[in-house]
Amino acid sequence: MIEKYPLRGTQLASRVLDGEVIIMSAADSTLFSLNPVASVIWQAADGRTPLSAIVREHICEEFDIDPETASRDAEAFAEELKSHGILQLLDGPIPAAPQATESA
Amino acid sequence: MSLVQELNNKALRLGVPLSVHLDVTYRCNERCEHCYLEHDDRGEMSSSEIYDVLQQLASAGVFFLTISGGEPLVRRDCMEIIGRARELGFNVKLKTNAVLIREKEAIRLRELGVEQVQISIYSHRSEVHDSVTKLPGSLRRSLAGIRLLRKHGMKVTLANVLMRSNLADGEGVRALAAEVGANYRIDPTVTPMMNGNTDILRLRVPTSELHSIFRNSDLVGDVETFCAPPPPVDDGIREGYPCSAGHTACYVSPYADVFPCVQFPLPCGNLRGEKFIDIWERSPQMLEVRSIRGKDLPTCSSCSHLGTCTRCPGLAYMEGNMRGPSSADCEKSFVRTGIVTAGMLARRGTANPRDLVQISSM
Ligand code: SF4
Ligand code: SF4
Repeated sequence: MIEKYPLRGTQLASRVLDGEVIIMSAADSTLFSLNPVASVIWQAADGRTPLSAIVREHICEEFDIDPETASRDAEAFAEELKSHGILQLLDGPIPAAPQATESA
Repeated sequence: MSLVQELNNKALRLGVPLSVHLDVTYRCNERCEHCYLEHDDRGEMSSSEIYDVLQQLASAGVFFLTISGGEPLVRRDCMEIIGRARELGFNVKLKTNAVLIREKEAIRLRELGVEQVQISIYSHRSEVHDSVTKLPGSLRRSLAGIRLLRKHGMKVTLANVLMRSNLADGEGVRALAAEVGANYRIDPTVTPMMNGNTDILRLRVPTSELHSIFRNSDLVGDVETFCAPPPPVDDGIREGYPCSAGHTACYVSPYADVFPCVQFPLPCGNLRGEKFIDIWERSPQMLEVRSIRGKDLPTCSSCSHLGTCTRCPGLAYMEGNMRGPSSADCEKSFVRTGIVTAGMLARRGTANPRDLVQISSM
């Protein structure tokens, strides 16, 4: 699998409410509520951490899922978030410049 | 249940103020005849005070933030305030008259990811619009701003406050909205000034006209549903709370005062001396507003309209009793359905001289 680097979109509003991430896209005023795994991907999506590392460091541990299932789920969720414009999936990491990567 | 409803229910359960309306100034470049504000600056929050408030609101879980005024863009730091709000993850809606929006501002709002901009337009005719705003050329300038916002992909809503003076122009504004690709919203409610002055209520749409507005499907959707008799009042309605004010929403003024709603001027605390979360969770006024259920309303609890009435506790408060009927909503309930309201009957008995709207029979 080619490594992907998830990055949060910039035209979004988000808030964590009782552990659940809610997101509203300014582009089409659609509201999303992310499930726990998708929430973890979203929160770690800084454009510099590869999806495999997010799976390894967060998802497997926090949800006690085996690595294979976790990767499959994470890839599916990441693709879905991408299809709604919530995430970009970059082919390489963005250069380290924190202020340019923080999305609202 | 829609996701928005679910989110609201969750916020209610958790006691989170999901939506906050923040006025960053009461100053304005227009002088609208129906405006409920005094425009002199009595000590607005500085940029850094506002940034601190925004931080506190984000920590309290606020998600939907309306930035308004006065005219927010008369503040030179308005874009920085919006930028800060976006960095903190708020979904930002900006209410402006758009007079000060040029290319640069339109581009910036888009870049910042502001979700939508709402602009009050009173008529498609300059002579009518400008006579409401008292600013010559204001329709032309607002429209130029609106077109720029649309050009740069911003979602725009034209809010059309209907009054005696512009009643005939609702259709014109609707057509204008369609032409520029904006949404259209009517509002037939003129509210008293925040200082309690009720003079401007004379501008309200007269009852006879309200009747035809409520029967115009272009304006209200399905007339039969809109004007249907209210459902029987059951326990769910009696145990229900009137609106989001103080439950999942509140208002912050440019002077750092916190109120349950922009239309509910019950002072609950001031952010210059207290933390937002303390006011929200513990102020006696907020707790009182939060405690009121349908069954606790002396007149309305016996009213057949209780389940569908748009009764505004803020307007009721301005009439002297937050648990009382709001006469504007009493009037609307009656005009919609033709069914006499408990508030009307009570007033017939007491002939309260503070009545805001005289309900005449149709
Ligand atoms: S009903 Fe009145 S007090 Fe309640 S949210 Fe609406 S305007 Fe505010
Ligand atoms: S119609 Fe009047 S009396 Fe009845 S619930 Fe509404 S405000 Fe109260």
